[in-house]
Amino acid sequence: MKTIEQVTDEILTLASTHFKVERDRLSPTDDFFKSLGIDSLQALELLTRLENHFNVELPDYEVQGVSDFQTLAERIQSRL
Amino acid sequence: MATDTRSQVVMIDLAAHQSLGSALREAVAKFADEICLIEADRERENHRLTYRQYNEMAMKLAAFLQSRGFGADSRAAIIMTNQSRWPVSAYAVFYSGGVLVPLDYKLTAPEQLSHLLHCRAEVLITEYHIWRAITQCEDFDKLPARTVIVTDAPKNAELHGAIRWEEAQSESEPAFIARARGDWACIVYSSGTGGRPKGCVMTYDNYLEQCAALTALYPFWPGVRYLSILPSNHAIDFMVGFIGPFVCGAAVVHLRTLRPEFVREAFPRFKITYVALVPLILKNLQTGLQTRFDELPPLKRAVFNLLRGINKALTRRQPNLELSRKLLKQVHEAFGGELRAIFTGGAFSDPGMLQFFYDLGIQVGNGYGLTEAGTALTLNDFKPFRADTVGKPLPGIELRIVNPDADGIGQVAARSRTLMSHYLDDPELTAETIVDGWLMTGDLGRFDSTGHLQLFGRVKNMIVTEEGKNVYPEDIESAFEGLPVKEFCVFAANYVWPERSMMGEKLIIVLHPEEGRPFDDSIRADMVARNNRLLNYKRVSGYVLWDTEFPRTASMKIKRIALAEEIRSRFEREEALKEL
Repeated sequence: MKTIEQVTDEILTLASTHFKVERDRLSPTDDFFKSLGIDSLQALELLTRLENHFNVELPDYEVQGVSDFQTLAERIQSRL
Repeated sequence: MATDTRSQVVMIDLAAHQSLGSALREAVAKFADEICLIEADRERENHRLTYRQYNEMAMKLAAFLQSRGFGADSRAAIIMTNQSRWPVSAYAVFYSGGVLVPLDYKLTAPEQLSHLLHCRAEVLITEYHIWRAITQCEDFDKLPARTVIVTDAPKNAELHGAIRWEEAQSESEPAFIARARGDWACIVYSSGTGGRPKGCVMTYDNYLEQCAALTALYPFWPGVRYLSILPSNHAIDFMVGFIGPFVCGAAVVHLRTLRPEFVREAFPRFKITYVALVPLILKNLQTGLQTRFDELPPLKRAVFNLLRGINKALTRRQPNLELSRKLLKQVHEAFGGELRAIFTGGAFSDPGMLQFFYDLGIQVGNGYGLTEAGTALTLNDFKPFRADTVGKPLPGIELRIVNPDADGIGQVAARSRTLMSHYLDDPELTAETIVDGWLMTGDLGRFDSTGHLQLFGRVKNMIVTEEGKNVYPEDIESAFEGLPVKEFCVFAANYVWPERSMMGEKLIIVLHPEEGRPFDDSIRADMVARNNRLLNYKRVSGYVLWDTEFPRTASMKIKRIALAEEIRSRFEREEALKEL
């Protein structure tokens, strides 16, 4: 079972690679719309990548209204 | 647009009906064996229903609702993502003579509860995860609904008095409750909740008239498939993703996830005929297509560009779908080969993007409407296609420009049988909005010499986002209550500094710091934190520092118009506005 720190770290690494933002510039409490410069559709695309990475299925409603990496990590970890 | 008379042949005669319940009742009998609803979740297909099966589900629910005292004028709210049980529930409500309150599942739970309190719905039909969030609201004990039905509830879930969808069924025969055209069909909310709730009361006549006008331009018939992506509660999806196709025997496809990759796959998988999209999704499709074009090897790209050029030249005056499908076969096949039109809000879409699709032979029906006026006031008629306008008034709709300036630009006013009856419990706001039978839209427009409407911004303090969301600045001020400043006010930037554009609208906050407590990094950090707690489309993107008292009414309400004027007279936009 991965810890919340591990899940968060993997999310940040994946997001930085996918959206070409330096890893050091991202922190768990960041608003990912702002720090990655993405819109809501791109956020859904990120979600699909995260699902594939963690091998979980997240219904859209689980992440509706979520905008920081930390909460996203919590939602993913609860389904691991 | 290619003429098609198939729908006129099979469509039920709306003029013979007094209510949506009655029209749907005829449709389910007439099209009993046609496919009515398809529901998919990612690569899985959950089910497909015929009109007969749809009717059976609705009747069981109607009988259950009636057994609990639901009847003429009873109000039932639906808060569900796009799924089959949405139109099943809606038909059960209309069949029973009730008033439907379609609420946005994307609102926060406190916002949903606030609307439920305002409309006093005695029945709520919702999904478990939405219900769970509502039960955690502070004011949950004030919920007016006596009957709550939840779908998708896990086994052993705590239901807080709600009834599972599977149990909300009765085998007895429900009574059909006849209604008249002037009776209430729906209460549709056109705003958030922090400010003044705007519950538009729509009558059966509104919907039946709108449906007749739209289906004449964009016909449906059995075999046509509409992909439902806009929320089902949205005025457009309610009409073109429910009432319109259903009275013509067409099918509606619901996706339980709106991930872009599944939306793209749905077109070829379900052979989609029509879809309504917000500009953001349209842009996503455009980017995807453009990437594919750019990746073509040089020779193929040259051939493609040549064919696109030929298509563009041959469809300049009017579309020719069959020709476009032949010339640009691969593009059309990527959309399933059956796509006839995409609907979108033309005022908020980049004309270049609309033209991009049109040049590929994909017709974008760009139009203009507002909740208070039903589904649409204007729509492009493709005679010829005009990406820079929102089209011409639909049949039965009169538009005029109030107090035009030297350029012919003024407020758009509308009169038609599709206008709402009134705002629920707000005669004052109704009187301000509907003047002598004319709906004052709050949008600035002008007719060009060919009768096409062009829009140039707003006279009201609101924005519409790329995702099609109406945001009223007053509604989001509560997020900043307690900020350590003397006073603050949220505006649409274009309201303070008008720009002749409907696009790229932003929210700003005007801050008047306390004396002796100048604006500093800690206030800024507090503001950013509060801003981040808002849904992303409701966030303010800039702030203005202001050093004098806000003008206020006797009851201490901010005089927004006066404040906006003062700011405008003292500062240019670029000078005053700082990025948050």
